[in-house]
Amino acid sequence: MTHFTAVVLFALFASVVFGITQRETPRRMVHYGVYCFVLFTGSAIALSWVMFFIAR
Amino acid sequence: MRYSQEGMATAPNKIAAGQKASQQGFVYLPLIAGWLVPGAGHFLLGKWGRGALLSASVLGMFAMGIAMQGKLYSGAHDILDILGLAGDLGNGLLYIVSRALGLGADQVQVTTADYGTRFIVVAGLLNVISAVDAHNLKTGRKA
Repeated sequence: MTHFTAVVLFALFASVVFGITQRETPRRMVHYGVYCFVLFTGSAIALSWVMFFIAR
Repeated sequence: MRYSQEGMATAPNKIAAGQKASQQGFVYLPLIAGWLVPGAGHFLLGKWGRGALLSASVLGMFAMGIAMQGKLYSGAHDILDILGLAGDLGNGLLYIVSRALGLGADQVQVTTADYGTRFIVVAGLLNVISAVDAHNLKTGRKA
């Protein structure tokens, strides 16, 4: 398993729980879950690039 | 001047009656069941879809942590161990059964084991959030 796969699976599981528990209607649950997933994976990718340039 | 109270404040009365009805029985049962078995709190309340998704998420994350040879905290030697143990205990029966079966690593020996350890702790924390959500549904705090 690559690091990125681990990040994506972590984001997926956490986003599902956040979406269901933090919102009340199914539509808002899906929106919030997708929002959390994008933030998790997006921030991981952005921080990875930052660390890549710091390490050079 | 006289006012008839018949029909007044009907909607709030209905809401209060609904909340009272949802609070019947042991209100902490979904909380405890949800903590012991991921998703069980929602299953008890008839929220099958939500329960299945929560159960799959927590079980999936815990299983991945074990598969990555993550560490199951067993003792509290310092503050980080205490926090890790608290997170692991959030998994309820998963943690107890895994400890009994000797699953998980005692020491972090490979790189992925460090990630696995975090997966197990986060699975426990997510399970606690799910159990509290089931409790909120039971008390009527959440629709």
